[in-house]
Amino acid sequence: MSENAIGREIRDSIPGYEKLKPFQGAFANTPLVRQEKGNRNLPRLNKLLDTVEQAVLKTGLKDGMTISFHHHFRNGDKVVNMVMDVIANLGIKNLTLASSSLTTIHDELLPHIKKGVIGRIITSGLRSKLGEQISAGIMDVPVLFHSHGGRARAVETGQIKIDVAFLGVPSSDVYGNANGFTGSSACGSLGYAIVDAKHASRVVLITDNLVEYPNTPFSIDQDLVDHIVVVDSVGDSSRIATGATRITSNPKDLLIAQNAADVIAYSPYFEDGFSLQTGSGGASLATTRYLADYMRRRGVICSWALGGITSQIVKMHQEGLIKRMLDVQSFDLDAVNSIAVNPMHTEIDASYYANPLNKGCAVNKLNVVVLSALEIDTNFNVNVLTGSDGIIMGASGGHSDTAIGSGLSVVVAPLIRGRISSVVDRVLTVVTPGESVDILVTDRGIAINPRRKDLIGYFHGSKLPLYTIQELKERAERVVGTPEPIKFGDRIVGLVEYRDGTIIDVIRNVAD
Amino acid sequence: MKLRRTMLYVPGGNAAMVKDAHIYRSDAIMFDLEDSIAVNEKESARLLVFHALRTLSYEGTETVVRINGLDSPYGRDDIKAMVNAGPDIIRLPKTETAQDIQDVEELIRKEEAAAGLEEGSIALMAAIESPLGILNAYQIATASSRLIGIAFGAEDYVTNMKTSRSRAGSEIFYARSALVTAARAAGIYALDTVFSDLNDEEGFVEEVRMAKQLGFDGKSIISPRQIRPVHDVFAPTEAEVEAALRVMRGIAEAKKRNTGVITVDGKMVDKPMVERAERVIEMAKASGQRIPEEELHV
Repeated sequence: MSENAIGREIRDSIPGYEKLKPFQGAFANTPLVRQEKGNRNLPRLNKLLDTVEQAVLKTGLKDGMTISFHHHFRNGDKVVNMVMDVIANLGIKNLTLASSSLTTIHDELLPHIKKGVIGRIITSGLRSKLGEQISAGIMDVPVLFHSHGGRARAVETGQIKIDVAFLGVPSSDVYGNANGFTGSSACGSLGYAIVDAKHASRVVLITDNLVEYPNTPFSIDQDLVDHIVVVDSVGDSSRIATGATRITSNPKDLLIAQNAADVIAYSPYFEDGFSLQTGSGGASLATTRYLADYMRRRGVICSWALGGITSQIVKMHQEGLIKRMLDVQSFDLDAVNSIAVNPMHTEIDASYYANPLNKGCAVNKLNVVVLSALEIDTNFNVNVLTGSDGIIMGASGGHSDTAIGSGLSVVVAPLIRGRISSVVDRVLTVVTPGESVDILVTDRGIAINPRRKDLIGYFHGSKLPLYTIQELKERAERVVGTPEPIKFGDRIVGLVEYRDGTIIDVIRNVAD
Repeated sequence: MKLRRTMLYVPGGNAAMVKDAHIYRSDAIMFDLEDSIAVNEKESARLLVFHALRTLSYEGTETVVRINGLDSPYGRDDIKAMVNAGPDIIRLPKTETAQDIQDVEELIRKEEAAAGLEEGSIALMAAIESPLGILNAYQIATASSRLIGIAFGAEDYVTNMKTSRSRAGSEIFYARSALVTAARAAGIYALDTVFSDLNDEEGFVEEVRMAKQLGFDGKSIISPRQIRPVHDVFAPTEAEVEAALRVMRGIAEAKKRNTGVITVDGKMVDKPMVERAERVIEMAKASGQRIPEEELHV
């Protein structure tokens, strides 16, 4: 029995309630509520800190913890490097860097890896020098590569336990309501960041655009945010999102795209109300253009488009060819501007998008997806991570998520890339298992996965240039031959995690 | 019926394009050793095209090589190499007289003999690109039994005519008509000139339609992007195919009734009408349109 702050006797416990905590005063346990009333300036009704360093210190970040970032700023991102420099200066070591993906601009992280500030990386992708160096074996612990859906699952289940999420946002108010489409660093959907904000122990928002409270509509809400730091710039807008993602003029990509559109339009999935996702690569982006022609001619309307939303998808929506858009990542300024104003253009987080273990993710409702590939093998396994030289240069992304979730997964690739066949006996790195890949479309022919006997029967007698995947491989090898196999070392530099958390492949160091 | 709706220019010095040119499914690909090749690249381009033709399969796409003229230091070596490489067709640039054709033919004949090839194994095409060439179009078109077609090159032609290309093409209307008339009189193919503004899709389609209307069999093209629009223009419409089939049905009906007079849609059917109908059906079949087999047995 004890007396609380207003003089009432409160028992320490009563049956059914193990432990009762006496009231200690209105302000005692609510640090963000101001204690002086009557003043319109509310200095304590904010979470602002002056510097990133203060934020790092406030979160109590320590050696060995896990920090997260998102990659919505793409190659214009300034947040990851900025925060890591501060952390390195504070002498914190051996962190796990869990960034939803890493791009070319993150080559600046290399010194932090070499000095032990970053001890482990969990990400969807790596590129450029970072990919080269990690492939060469500079890290003691292998990088764990996950899909977008796999990451959401891992974060939600605690497999990736984020201690501090440092999330760059294009706009925030003093309380942490943030969105991705306001301000000069607008990036559109914050789909990957939202998952981190929901599940990280501490959340720090970093913005260059502090706006009046309440910043509505918001993607990240104030009740998830611990601290906010205003900096000069969170990203280079010219590299975050530019005008419209342009359709390639490369004739080979256009030919592949035309073939892909022909296949989709011929397939039983192309009917009024179908749903669609296309990637942002040259050929898969161009596929939308040719598919739009078919849709106009046949009066077919797409009920919704998913994924990385692009200018082409937005324009098709404006034309009435696509009813709704579910956007986990906006690829260009047209998409950013659309998500800001269009109620039919809905922001979704990565879990809603593709988490295989939640109660229902969007990829499961997808009819058709068009995906790219670095290489594909005769069992239809796809590699989107390592180049033909064995070096890490790509990202798992939503590849395996959409391949399995969709009714028809179409992989587009040139049959010959440079002097190497894209179809091989055995891909260097399996990211997407062949059992989830339905059709390969190349510039020199189309192959249907033998598992899809229904499709083979359906396409029989069509004018499409159909081959077996072995025949496509032989066609390519007749021109370019068979390359010498890459020499790998014994060291594992990467683990490729399938979306359900199981390991689908490992990446070894490339021998000199 | 051999389709020559599209003949795709491929710079002979570009290995990647030489390797891939056929995948876009133009009716023919033309490896260029002439204008697109710098003087110091002539030998390497010739060698590249030679080895490509000897090594790669172009999977049924007709292969054409545009050689340098005999008035250049390269023309004879081009002929020697190409006869041995074995394209389907050698195309001459800037042909002005029947003698130009005969001179080339003589060299080809000698090279065929030297290589132990059957005479006539390689066909010829000529490009007419000057006022004199246009005036001599019929003589050129009938200069050799090897000659399967003539192509119009408007760029040099308009320069010689002291004018320039316009979108309407009035400055080359006469040349086009003269060339296609000569080709028809000689019973060979006629190809229209290139359209170089790749971004003007609308203008391109308009020009292809006009070329088709003038009677051309096809068009020289500079990008794979231009293939499908040309093929679309040259494909008979459903209405054209249906009208042609009605003519064929009328003939079948007349045969059945043992009458010499055939009327279709209230019109007397004469020989040219039948020929046109047959050509439409052939073109439709060649373009991959489905014609019910029973319709073809008349």
